[in-house]
Amino acid sequence: MDTLAKHFEEKINNEVTIEAKDWLPDNYRKTLIRQISQHAHSEIVGMLPEGNWITRAPSLRRKAVLLAKVQDEAGHGLYLYSAAETLGISRDEMMDQLHTGKAKYSSIFNYPTISWADMGAIGWLVDGAAIMNQVPLCRTSYGPYARAMVRVCKEESFHQRQGFEIMLTLSNGSEVQRKMAQDALNRWWWPSIMMFGPPDDNSPHTAQSVRWRIKRFTNDELRQKFVDIGVEQAKILGLEVPDKDLKWNEERGHYDFGVINWDEFWNVVKGNGPCNKQRVETRKKAWDEGKWVRDAATAYAEKRKARAAESTMKAA
Amino acid sequence: MSDKVNNKPSEWPLWEVFIRSKAGLDHKHVGSLHAVDAQMAIENARDVYTRRMEGVSIWVVDSRFVHASNPDDAEAFYEPANDKVYRHPTFYNLPDELKHM
Ligand SMILES: [Fe+2]
Ligand SMILES: [Fe+2]
Repeated sequence: MDTLAKHFEEKINNEVTIEAKDWLPDNYRKTLIRQISQHAHSEIVGMLPEGNWITRAPSLRRKAVLLAKVQDEAGHGLYLYSAAETLGISRDEMMDQLHTGKAKYSSIFNYPTISWADMGAIGWLVDGAAIMNQVPLCRTSYGPYARAMVRVCKEESFHQRQGFEIMLTLSNGSEVQRKMAQDALNRWWWPSIMMFGPPDDNSPHTAQSVRWRIKRFTNDELRQKFVDIGVEQAKILGLEVPDKDLKWNEERGHYDFGVINWDEFWNVVKGNGPCNKQRVETRKKAWDEGKWVRDAATAYAEKRKARAAESTMKAA
Repeated sequence: MSDKVNNKPSEWPLWEVFIRSKAGLDHKHVGSLHAVDAQMAIENARDVYTRRMEGVSIWVVDSRFVHASNPDDAEAFYEPANDKVYRHPTFYNLPDELKHM
């Protein structure tokens, strides 16, 4: 092993943060670019299912909250794109990878949001799962990523709380509202627990990523934690978790839960989920149709520069 | 902070954003963003980095103009300060009765 690689290993072993200018093994760089850009894309595409309900929020309060949440997600995407850029990939390249389907984003956003209760279930479960994934990443080995995650995590906690509040209001409401909440839980529970990714024995890169501290817990560890917490939270709502095999296991000190439909998961990953096509097309359309805005901003900046030069000349 | 500025020509330049969180404190680096010029960078920084009153003042610096020390030189660069503990007040052993010092 050469000195550079040895130096890197030492830092990793001693929990020293790695920074952009340090020497990095190729694979570490590549894995991080993939992970961070995928994460950024998830924040950006993740705005779409919720954006769907902004104009139809049931009150001005709910609308203001949902807008603020979706705006936060845009911010999260931007923090993460910047972090990825420090590794040597350009923003345009990442956009391109998203639009051509080369880069993935979290599969959960390929499910449709068909009722207002979905805004509750997403905040509670999807943001909840995201938080569980993200909190350990605040201590990840790559400095720019870790710092972005600290910022993201600070902002996430209101996301989950506003979602739970929607669920709570609905489940204490009329019979129709309670049914809406239950229906949303039925549809979002399983995709949410799939958010932690394939089971450990089918996740070949986990060991390396844990060693590099770009992952701090395995998929199954985080999933179990999410189930244990989620089941208790559902009790407060008086709703039923849609899993007939769910059972407290005294010996393990955890809930046992049913078999996850991994065929469905891989099917959605491969692009055949209910909304995959629509999501990518919407992003592409926004990019293409936003071109004139980018062009106009560039032209205006030129003009502003020319005017400034002109007035300096006059003054002189 | 990005050390490689690897924009494609069509991409807007990258800006480093520094925020003073409240009056009397230093500006601190918070991240970076793309913008067509300084004015737009400040406006974008307001939206991206101060949605919760995180700041009272924003600096933006074109990333191309940030020069950094080389991490490979860290030893030679910082080590000379290592054996100069006498630069710290705790180095001096003085009687306990001594007050106001
Ligand atoms: Fe987010
Ligand atoms: Fe969120």
